[in-house]
Amino acid sequence: MNIDSQTDEFHHVQTAHCENGVTTALLRHHGLDFMTEPLAFGMGSGLFYIQIPFLTVNNGPAISFRTMPGAIFKRTCKSLGVEVTRKKFSNPAAAEAFLDQKVREGVPVGCQVGVFHLTYFPKEYRFHFNAHNLIVFGQENGRYQISDPVMEDVTSLSKQELSRVRFAQGPLAPKGHIYFPEKIRPITQEMIRKGIVSGIRRNVRDMLSIPGNFAGVNGIRHTSNHVRKWRDKLGLRKASLYLGQIVRMQEEIGTGGGGFRFLYGAFLEEAAGYLQDERLSNISEDFTRAGDMWRASAIKMAGVYKGRLTEQKDFEEIADIMLEIRLVEKQAFQKLSSLKLGK
Amino acid sequence: MKKQDLPQDPGALDKFTREVCYVKNDEGKYETALSKGWEVKKQALDSAWEEVNERVEQARQAVASGEKSPVYYFMELRLMDLSVLSGYTGIFPFFIKRHFKPSVFRGLSERKLEKYARAFDITVSELKNFKG
Repeated sequence: MNIDSQTDEFHHVQTAHCENGVTTALLRHHGLDFMTEPLAFGMGSGLFYIQIPFLTVNNGPAISFRTMPGAIFKRTCKSLGVEVTRKKFSNPAAAEAFLDQKVREGVPVGCQVGVFHLTYFPKEYRFHFNAHNLIVFGQENGRYQISDPVMEDVTSLSKQELSRVRFAQGPLAPKGHIYFPEKIRPITQEMIRKGIVSGIRRNVRDMLSIPGNFAGVNGIRHTSNHVRKWRDKLGLRKASLYLGQIVRMQEEIGTGGGGFRFLYGAFLEEAAGYLQDERLSNISEDFTRAGDMWRASAIKMAGVYKGRLTEQKDFEEIADIMLEIRLVEKQAFQKLSSLKLGK
Repeated sequence: MKKQDLPQDPGALDKFTREVCYVKNDEGKYETALSKGWEVKKQALDSAWEEVNERVEQARQAVASGEKSPVYYFMELRLMDLSVLSGYTGIFPFFIKRHFKPSVFRGLSERKLEKYARAFDITVSELKNFKG
């Protein structure tokens, strides 16, 4: 939109979730001042649930409460007509050269990184998780200036440190993945409204109509059925570790307490303002309820992995809460679907 | 979640950063607030680390008793599994599994040892001379 704004100073934005944060901060930097984290999350149809079959992460079930890494940035930009550049590299030297060039041009860029070698993270959080996102916005004394959206303030990394996390290995290996908005045209209120509507419709589709039983709202039932069997099948110890894993997936840094559900609630509240549609605020309440229920389930699960709750009936109760959550989310999305937005 | 219900339990994030959460204010509207952490999350993280430490300890004993090679121990120590270690070394999982055997490990070439050492952030001699 405004090329001059690219040379302006970069403003750090702290958000609940890293990819929303990178999307929000980069778009705001390019003059889209209306962009907020809930808006980026909703336009990017970020809300999801999936238990990936046959895959284990850190020796536990692979569950995600959000959509695929990279999708939020891609979809939000696309629905606003923003052209983006994304690149992956097989050669770390080439990846660094490209980054350096962008830094010289004064263009802040998003990078996908692994957290295991991310030096400024507390050790307790450094597992092999490769879908973290941060922004490189400059260079000072040979160190890259880093804006990590989950942190309150900006930080820095040496060349070696950044190269190492950009080429972390394992599932979802980033391969030096770098991305940034390229061309931004003036954005009208009409485009924002359209983006919101298509974001909601895509999210309805993802949660309600993916075939199979492990994705969308049915995925919650899938996990719930597993939870019932874990105690007998895996033994109490392993079963409680699995529940701990669910809680970590659900509550991991920045998303506190089924946090994506609250985020979606906040998005619908904002959407209600843009679309002048009170019905959306009402449905927002349903997501707040779902978020609260996820929190309640986490507290219950904590009882198990702390060793306070050990009976099969405790596992049954957790499974039952999950079924209730499924119902609340299913009905909320059915309501969204029946609004016939944009028609 | 209401703003006044937002937990402020100091945990692993203490002194590092506080996290943004979306909460309802008194008028029933969403706003952001900063949280120091939540006991439930902290315990999930703690129990994950207990499990890691236990696995590492078992791996150490397995090396000491001559059942497994140091490759196995350092893989556990660095929280890796076969696919992650395979990514960092470029060695296929099938071969890595073989290298878990002390007898096969003793015959490894210097080049392979270097690959492992680099993946584990240690020197070749540390890798070779680890006795559990």
